[in-house]
Amino acid sequence: MSGSVLRADAVRKSFNGTEVLKGIDLEVVEGEVVCLIGASGSGKSTLLRCLNLLEQVDDGDIWLGDAEITDPRVDVDAIRRRIGIVFQAYNLFPHKSVLDNIVLAPVKAGGRSRAEAAATAHELLARVGLEDRAGAYPDALSGGQQQRVALVRAIAMRPEVLLLDEITSALDPMLVGEVLDVIRDLRSDGMTIVMATHEMAFAREVADRIVFMADGRIEESGPPEQLFTAPRSPRTAEFLARHRS
Amino acid sequence: MTPSARQLERERYRRRRTLTRGAVAAVSTIVVIGLLVYLVGTSPGWDRVHRTYFWWPDAKAAFPDVARSFWLNIRLFMVVEVFVLVVGIVIAIVRVIPAPALAPVKLIAILYADVFRGTPTLLIVLLVGFGLPALNLTGMPTSLFWLGAIALTLSYGAYVAEVIRAGILSIHPTQWASGRALGLTYGQTMRHIVLPQALRRVAPPLLNDFVSLQKDTALLSTIGLVESLRAAQVISGHDFTFTAYVVAAVFFIAATIPLARFTDYLTVRSLRRENGIVT
Repeated sequence: MSGSVLRADAVRKSFNGTEVLKGIDLEVVEGEVVCLIGASGSGKSTLLRCLNLLEQVDDGDIWLGDAEITDPRVDVDAIRRRIGIVFQAYNLFPHKSVLDNIVLAPVKAGGRSRAEAAATAHELLARVGLEDRAGAYPDALSGGQQQRVALVRAIAMRPEVLLLDEITSALDPMLVGEVLDVIRDLRSDGMTIVMATHEMAFAREVADRIVFMADGRIEESGPPEQLFTAPRSPRTAEFLARHRS
Repeated sequence: MTPSARQLERERYRRRRTLTRGAVAAVSTIVVIGLLVYLVGTSPGWDRVHRTYFWWPDAKAAFPDVARSFWLNIRLFMVVEVFVLVVGIVIAIVRVIPAPALAPVKLIAILYADVFRGTPTLLIVLLVGFGLPALNLTGMPTSLFWLGAIALTLSYGAYVAEVIRAGILSIHPTQWASGRALGLTYGQTMRHIVLPQALRRVAPPLLNDFVSLQKDTALLSTIGLVESLRAAQVISGHDFTFTAYVVAAVFFIAATIPLARFTDYLTVRSLRRENGIVT
């Protein structure tokens, strides 16, 4: 393992007087897969949105490589090009075909030629088993297919780190598998991933590290085997017990 | 919890940046406006333009007559706006209903929209104003007010029908499916689910058409209605200056502002309710 890709130091965030993140310290190194688990409202999504600068932090720093991205002087668009994010609700652009969804940012924001971006898109679509749907429009696809396209759209920008916000939560169990397969594949490619998830079995299998969040704090973090079999905090144990039943 | 030194520095920087941007905006606005005033004020013809178009004593003299006749414009567009909304909704719905039995009605609706959207409003006003009474039909209104209202309704109904139809078609099919799946009829789904969303979505272009309609009440001066433009014309025919026209223009502008603010309010309210966005 090499250097730090993404680092949060004492990050705080409130909405309307309610503190959602109460001082988060998290470091993700290159090639690492970190799974954020915890109850709804524990701050997982907010943390991911802060990491991508979709939310402005109230205090603390976030570093991408050796750049402090919470500095108001940074070029936010340039930073976001280096961070991919996929949301729970897919958020594909409904007025564009699958291919156009994928090549839009690489061409307009990444400065690549359309031909090059399209070639990459086709290659990535083939990898997720959707090579024949390049011309389709998002509404014609199943949820699992849409989410796979959303993943391709994010990685087509060749981000340094990929943030995944409960990307299987809106899918029925039959379709969850096909999306998780894509993540396994990305992991084997060495992609750095931070994902919020409720899929405990998957988190255990794929993560290098599990981070358990509760009430806007990191309650416990560690390798999956240790955290799932011998949690140190009683809160973690309680959460895991409830999730197994 | 006291903020960290770094956070305080960030906030200072952001405050400074906001101030700098505000200052740049203020200075550039003042410079542009000052330049315009200077250019117009020092132009060789300004003195004459000032006396002809912006002469305060003339404006004061014209005000009562223009104001009184503008009441007619107000009554006209208030009535026509209601008619137009009804006609627009009915035509739009007829055009989107999939029932095959309605084919002839749909054909008429399409024909209506094509013809009245394609004809200059002034022509419709003249044709209705002079043509309809000539038919000598019983029950046909002969008052210029109602003839004018019919003409404007025919013209603007066609525009508004197309705007509303576009709104209805833009509502996602899953909304239809959800309504029908709950056991609502086609009409109930349209009335309670699709149309309210469609109207909200097209409120800005609808407002555009209504603003345009309010101004086009001036066209009714051509069939002999003494509305504010005609009143201004009469005054300027007496004193050979155009200040009365400017007074009439001010009335028209003032009449559109409440409508614009009302639409803004509706838009913001639905954003806040549905997306939790606070602006």
